[in-house]
Amino acid sequence: MSIRDRLSGNEAVAYAMKQINPDVMGAFPITPSTEIPQYFAQYVANGEVDTEYVTVESEHSSMSTCIGASAAGARAVTATSSCGLALMWELLYVASSSRLPVTLALVCRALTGPININNDHSDAMGARDAGWIQIFAENNQEAYDNYIQAMPISENPDVRLPIMVCQDGFITSHAVENIELETDEMVKNFVGEYNPENYLLKHENPLAVGPYGVSPYYMEAKVAQVQAMKNAKKVILEVGKKFGDETGRYYGFFESYKLEDADSAVVIIGSSAGTARATVDKLRAEGRKVGMLKVRVFRPFPFEEIAEALSGVKAVAVMDKAESFSAAGGPLFAETRSALYDLENRPKAINYVYGLGGRDFRVEDCEYIFDQLDEIIATGKTGEVYRHIGQRG
Amino acid sequence: MAYNLKEQLSKKERFVGGHRLCAGCGAGITVRAVLRALDENDKAVVTNATGCLEVSSYMYPYTAYTDSYIHCAFENAAATCGGVEAAYNVLKKKGKIDDTFKFITFGGDGGTYDIGFQSLSGAMERGHDMVYVCYDNEAYMNTGIQRSSSTPRFADATTTPVGTQSYGKKQNKKDLSEILAAHNIPYVAQTTFMSNFRDLHEKAHRAIYTEGAAFLNVLSPCPRGWRFQAQDMAEICRLAVDTCVWPMYEVVEGEWRLTYMPKKKLPVEEFMAKQGRFKHCFKKGNEWMIEEAQQYVDEKWNKLLAKCK
Amino acid sequence: MIHAKDINEQSKWQELTPGCEIYEPATASMTITGEWRTMAPAWDPSKCKQCLLCAPFCPDSSIPVVKGKRQDFDFDHCKGCGICYKVCPFGAISFGKEEK
Repeated sequence: MSIRDRLSGNEAVAYAMKQINPDVMGAFPITPSTEIPQYFAQYVANGEVDTEYVTVESEHSSMSTCIGASAAGARAVTATSSCGLALMWELLYVASSSRLPVTLALVCRALTGPININNDHSDAMGARDAGWIQIFAENNQEAYDNYIQAMPISENPDVRLPIMVCQDGFITSHAVENIELETDEMVKNFVGEYNPENYLLKHENPLAVGPYGVSPYYMEAKVAQVQAMKNAKKVILEVGKKFGDETGRYYGFFESYKLEDADSAVVIIGSSAGTARATVDKLRAEGRKVGMLKVRVFRPFPFEEIAEALSGVKAVAVMDKAESFSAAGGPLFAETRSALYDLENRPKAINYVYGLGGRDFRVEDCEYIFDQLDEIIATGKTGEVYRHIGQRG
Repeated sequence: MAYNLKEQLSKKERFVGGHRLCAGCGAGITVRAVLRALDENDKAVVTNATGCLEVSSYMYPYTAYTDSYIHCAFENAAATCGGVEAAYNVLKKKGKIDDTFKFITFGGDGGTYDIGFQSLSGAMERGHDMVYVCYDNEAYMNTGIQRSSSTPRFADATTTPVGTQSYGKKQNKKDLSEILAAHNIPYVAQTTFMSNFRDLHEKAHRAIYTEGAAFLNVLSPCPRGWRFQAQDMAEICRLAVDTCVWPMYEVVEGEWRLTYMPKKKLPVEEFMAKQGRFKHCFKKGNEWMIEEAQQYVDEKWNKLLAKCK
Repeated sequence: MIHAKDINEQSKWQELTPGCEIYEPATASMTITGEWRTMAPAWDPSKCKQCLLCAPFCPDSSIPVVKGKRQDFDFDHCKGCGICYKVCPFGAISFGKEEK
């Protein structure tokens, strides 16, 4: 039985953490994820969890703590944002290549500079090639639900990869919304115990982690990591289905919204999907055939599935809440357009970079984008592919 | 329990031959000696900063350790060890493990004095029950003898080369042991390889079995980087100690104690003369270098003596 | 469980351990670093007083001590650094060019 409550995104994740009762948490504050370790500290202070709560001196050390703890056989978690994730950069690769299923709650925020504390996806997208599973939430409910699914995905023996559970800073993390929480018992059973096959503190045999790998081994190690990421696709779907069976809230790689008969669509990640959905509803009411694809799982990227979902669309706008400075488009665009390439009849595709550093993305903006797509369909001409919206000038 | 070299050496070796450290490497001697101080029934998890020791002692698929081992990165060995220790505490509390484990981290001076300094300071301040051991060979040896903050003044390193306008490194060696003592952790000690290894052994044992954070700084000469014949290792260590370049002391709960008093304090040039990295100091006209080196050692030594009273 | 002895430079990616972990102790002893040696120590048991001052100085754990007595060198791993020869107070270790 679900329990109705009202929580912010940060509270929802902290609450899920409490229900999971992880072994070790590396804790360091950074706006806007600060509340997660703060709420958790109170659970520790009140004896509501058994967690070793390690108050480190930097995000670098919080990830290092998690790596050490995870290798030792513990379930290790942390939370961060923006520069905090950037400071962890090297260690993200250590965690994934050492195949340690660390769980990181990422509250997405712009990267410096200029320094800015508001939401975009620069931090998460900067880490997209670090070998982590990345799952994004649109709202508090999804942040909570994704967090509960994180460990069954990442700890699966066929996967053994770290996982980043992402939500949008402030928009999701600080906004209090209605939410359906699951019982402690349901969460405990769903997440289960962490019992790795080998760990540093194992009685039967020692474990050595993190070798110097010369070239005859390095590439094989990377291919094995790729296979783990491929395996994650199956596990993500299984876990999403199981979660749905128990809660009624089903999850896959992405959400298709009114795409079946759509001529044009936007592809989007995170909280702005709410804006896009409202726009679709508005335009549908006006009789226009528009739809939305909301990406939930960015790593592994569901190439075939997204191509299939967009195969009937004539024109698509891919929305990036991060710059990549390729001077040709953002990261989601690069992946989506690549996915579309294999279709017999590809839709025309354009890219909009939006919402950087907390810039508003409004229904009017989204409506304008659908107008642009209509024009592309009408003229058959794509025009400029790489566009920005919301900036002055 | 009195130290008995025969008994200690009869224990099962915890750091085996077949690692790829250079012939005559001080790091290998340090690791063996520290791990030998573990009680035989105890297990350990060894953490290691990137460096000579790491690339040489766990090159896939060959680990030189009989105990569990983790290398994470260059700058975070202490925090990684703290994570392992945290895991131990909670898993022990939950009844998931029975064994007694000790947590020992090894880093060179690069990973300890410099890039890993923040991580070290943080882990020590938090008071994890661990020992951080610096095998101090006074330069970045793994990348080819670049200066570190541990490199002594006047040393010819590859990023502080001697030239027409340069006499080698300009700055004096950072006093890391003193900085660690200022963290007010229960145990800090400085040592090196002397005769029957009693000093190193007793300090390592104390560091391992003191509850809380402990720091052990072990001068671990690098024949290649210091430019001396590997076979002179013992002599170099003895001179470092007898010239008071590297005093052997410990700080127990804030109490400073000298563990070795040279019978006769030797001039610092005897230590320097043995090493190619100070060769230029002995050229005509460069006498001031040895004088200033001596002056610095004397100042530090007198301050240390004052603390140890 | 995959063993270190079964891992080599011809192994396929499926045959390596996940995350390049090793689950056994001391697999480095399979590496014969004795091949690096150009100079070699020689032990003269008749002069040796078993003081053991040599053994802790060996960086390569190549002076085995069994029940308080040193044995001959482990030439599979001794790299020939010569530290032991210099620390011996009794001249029981000589050091010279290795004849192969």
